[in-house]
Amino acid sequence: MQSMLAPSVHDSSAPQGDVDDVVATVVSHQRVNAEYNLLVLAAQAPACNAVAGQFFNLECPSDGDDQPFFRRPMSTYKADPVRGEVEFLYKVTGAGTRGLATLNAGDEMRILGPLGHGFTLDPAWKNIVILGRGVGLATLAPLAELAAANGVGVTAIISARGPEQVMSVERFSALGARIETVLDSDGSSAPDNVEAVLRALHGQGYADALFTCGSNRLMLLMQRLGAELNIPGQVAMEQHMACGLGMCFCCVRNFKVGDKVDSRRVCWDGPVFDLQEALSW
Amino acid sequence: MVVDLSVNVGGLKLANPVMPASGTFAEGLAGVIAFDSLGAMVTKTITAELRGGNPTPRVAEVRNGMLNSIGIPSKGITYFLEQTLPFYRQFNSPLVVSISAPTMDAFAEAAALLDVDGIAAIEANISCPNIEEDGKAFAMNAVSTSQVVTRLRAATSKPIWAKLTPNTGDISSVARAAEEAGADALVVANTILAMSIDIESFRPTLGNIMGGMSGPAVKPILVRMTHQCAKAVRIPIIGCGGISTTEDAVEYMLAGATAVQVGTATFLRPKAMIEIIAGLSTFCARKGIGRVAELTGAVVELDMEMSASEALP
Repeated sequence: MQSMLAPSVHDSSAPQGDVDDVVATVVSHQRVNAEYNLLVLAAQAPACNAVAGQFFNLECPSDGDDQPFFRRPMSTYKADPVRGEVEFLYKVTGAGTRGLATLNAGDEMRILGPLGHGFTLDPAWKNIVILGRGVGLATLAPLAELAAANGVGVTAIISARGPEQVMSVERFSALGARIETVLDSDGSSAPDNVEAVLRALHGQGYADALFTCGSNRLMLLMQRLGAELNIPGQVAMEQHMACGLGMCFCCVRNFKVGDKVDSRRVCWDGPVFDLQEALSW
Repeated sequence: MVVDLSVNVGGLKLANPVMPASGTFAEGLAGVIAFDSLGAMVTKTITAELRGGNPTPRVAEVRNGMLNSIGIPSKGITYFLEQTLPFYRQFNSPLVVSISAPTMDAFAEAAALLDVDGIAAIEANISCPNIEEDGKAFAMNAVSTSQVVTRLRAATSKPIWAKLTPNTGDISSVARAAEEAGADALVVANTILAMSIDIESFRPTLGNIMGGMSGPAVKPILVRMTHQCAKAVRIPIIGCGGISTTEDAVEYMLAGATAVQVGTATFLRPKAMIEIIAGLSTFCARKGIGRVAELTGAVVELDMEMSASEALP
């Protein structure tokens, strides 16, 4: 069966910065809550030069019956060129992440990166809104730091099932970000409420641009509001991936460009894309 | 001990016998390895027409291997000549362009369009298992292989490497057909038609249901086919299938391969080809072998007859 979609005509320049496959050493590995772990790796440049929104292809250890064949793509939670470290916040969901969870301080692992195109900030923007859910927050946290470093105000809307799943508040707070927490448990994460929050932020001049990751529902909401209110935006996307270097064409997604549908590689052309061009996950 | 890694593939001299398998190599890898270190560069398969490729998911992992159903997305040969070829011309390693087409005549037309400087050989992908419905491919039988290679031979003066499929009952006959029709070398082989099912969702793991299997799990099958083809033809064989280490490459050469293609391993270790090239030197030096080409077909045939009583349990 052949897809009836038009072939990709999208060409982006090579992803930003150098890339290498290096052996990194686990500095620390801690459980953040019942579902998420924080992995801190010592890795010199270019790994520690990763910018917000870029990702790595991680070689996950085998553990018992779990023998992940592919590497696992994972966005950077933090990269620190001064300390020579790169961090990953992840949820244990399958063979790859279960293998990752077995790593201890001092262990070594191969990491390929930094990969892909990260978030970009327009110098004209004074205030941005970040809306994330689950592990999507791991991708968005470095963006908040990039914004703060550029004197851009951040409002972080953190969506979670319940208060125990709320993460990264300290990261965003430390940057002076305004924080709105919306939860499934009290109904505040319902689309109508999130939309009201976004409209209010826009009315107050806090939404020069919109950023999201981790939820199709929230992406579609932001996309609709962005189109209606003429607010630019960016979304970090995910897809099954093998190589991370644009070679295998496994990780394609469809995007709307004008009245055409365009197939793009998430690893090479993204993972950050224009919010208005993204189609449903 | 300085080991001569050079090999001759159908008149094309390569500095070493290691190259990428089509579909596992692209411009992005240049950020991680030096392309001039490779024996050759092999492009992803291109077609004359624009193609969108298969639905997602296009990839699934299995134990010690992967399934893919990419579907040969292509921007077309005109785009390749104008936009992609200049990138590869900056490197010294020979460039092999993999092509595919829906018909034999279209195959020949595609080859003719690529008769330009900067292309060292044409790899005819007559074997992609998911290019047509139910995995049909020209290389599944000797007759259609002969017909398509004959047309290709008439269409281009470039060396033709015919990439065979393991999805045939008699690969030796197909190999002979390709040789007799004028192929300069054989790539043995493409991926093995396969399928897997997610038992939680009850759905096939690939959007296209079936796909090609590759990776370490398929290596013994393709080593066997390399050996069979090497015995059937005189033209060089380029072994391909599950090669991820120096030892794998040596095994293929002993089975009869003159050169090897590294595919899936590059997805897992982007520097795999470079490591294998270095490893071949080390291996040959350790074995006192001055030229890596001496490994080709050097498998020692067992010369023992089993008695009937020994053969039966």
